Amino acid sequence: MQLEEPYIELDNVSFSYDHNPVLENLSFTVRKGEYLGIIGPNGGGKTTLIKIILGLLHPTSGTVKLFGKDHHDFKEKHRIGYVPQRVTQTDKDFPATVFEVVRTGRIARLGFFERFTKKDTEVVNRAMEISGISRYRDTQIGNLSGGERQRVFIARALASEPDVLILDEPTVGVDIGAQKTFYEFLAQLNSEHHLTIIFISHDVDAVSQETKTVLCLNHNLVCHGLAQDLLNEHILERLYGEHKQRVPHNPNKHDHA
Amino acid sequence: MLEIFQYDFMVRAFEAGIAIGVIAPLIGMFLVVRRYSLMADTLAHVSFAGVAIGLLLQINPIFSAIGFSVVSAFGIEYLSNSRRIFGESVLALFLSGSLAVAVIILSLAKGFNANLFSYLFGSISTVSTTDLWVTLTLAVIVFLNVVLLYKELFFASFDAELAEASGLPVKMLNIMMVMLAAVAIALSLRIVGVLLIGALMVIPAISAMQYGRSFRTTLILSVIFSLLSVII
Repeated sequence: MQLEEPYIELDNVSFSYDHNPVLENLSFTVRKGEYLGIIGPNGGGKTTLIKIILGLLHPTSGTVKLFGKDHHDFKEKHRIGYVPQRVTQTDKDFPATVFEVVRTGRIARLGFFERFTKKDTEVVNRAMEISGISRYRDTQIGNLSGGERQRVFIARALASEPDVLILDEPTVGVDIGAQKTFYEFLAQLNSEHHLTIIFISHDVDAVSQETKTVLCLNHNLVCHGLAQDLLNEHILERLYGEHKQRVPHNPNKHDHA
Repeated sequence: MLEIFQYDFMVRAFEAGIAIGVIAPLIGMFLVVRRYSLMADTLAHVSFAGVAIGLLLQINPIFSAIGFSVVSAFGIEYLSNSRRIFGESVLALFLSGSLAVAVIILSLAKGFNANLFSYLFGSISTVSTTDLWVTLTLAVIVFLNVVLLYKELFFASFDAELAEASGLPVKMLNIMMVMLAAVAIALSLRIVGVLLIGALMVIPAISAMQYGRSFRTTLILSVIFSLLSVII
């Protein structure tokens, strides 16, 4: 089987905050079309890893290549769409409509002083349609529920027409019923829209059931491979220590909602 | 009613008032949504220290106010980013600190006189021709900056991290924003006075946020509210 084009390559990446090592000698590759889940305990470096990929933090040592280019030379920021963790609690009073927020996704493709074009509006409209939020176009962002706001930020990421979509704990603050449709939506983006997806979660079972490949992170790489092969008790023990309790993942159940 | 425009000083007052009425809420809006409302008041006090320096050195206070507040704006941004002091505390520090500096310099310059009151409370009818030209020129520059960089300023205010991940120079935009604020405030000094600049920048923005849904509409509304208040 021929390997797909590498999109994100990390080679021996380490990162420390004030001499506290957060990531140690991390090496892995994410290829086109992958649907990767990153799991690991809190403080294990998941969010730091994402920030390094996004260029918000620079590794203390090691190299990061994005789409074959060293991350220092990487300028096509629009190729990576990012959905941050705290979207469900973003500033509720910020005076902006859904359309205005989604449209910020186009900014990575425009230069300074450049104005939005008709094409930008078309792409924004399509991104809102795919994400199922077209009817909220002129609604103020603060008036939406957590799940709806989640979709706004995904639409925002999609509006930059990315090749990779990165989501940080996307289901936190989203009720269980909405989570199910959300996972279906991600699977559809991966299979139909051929989007490479990286998805961080503390929810081991959601990751093992929804994603194709898994990367387990606790300062260093504990495991990396196909989801169904990897997530056994042995790995979880190494990742979380011996007393990890498995909480069943069942997005079909509405009892908790 | 219209005969007041036969007087030059009234025409100048109107022109300067309209210029300030447009730019103050434009900048104020960005300060408010970034939870930086107190920045307006702080920079007003800093400008006042600038005026005091101007009176001491006997240069046009509008220039010394602009210079001093731009430099302080840099200092405020730098200290807030250093994370060693809370952003809010930095504002408190500059607000009271610059007022203290102003008082000391004013007593040195023997500046406690009627002229001083025109800076504290504003004196729109005593705007000189030089003041007017400086105000109009700088107001146009501030206005163009906000209009041309609208999408970047909006994005950086809405979510700084996302903006940075999209490749925007967020730090530079923030510095530019406080510098524009510093200029706008120093210009407003003559018109509304140190004590009420904060009101002209922040209150139209807050009022507009009660009515506008989109950022654009809110921004335009805030300018309308401010112009109405200045003209009336």
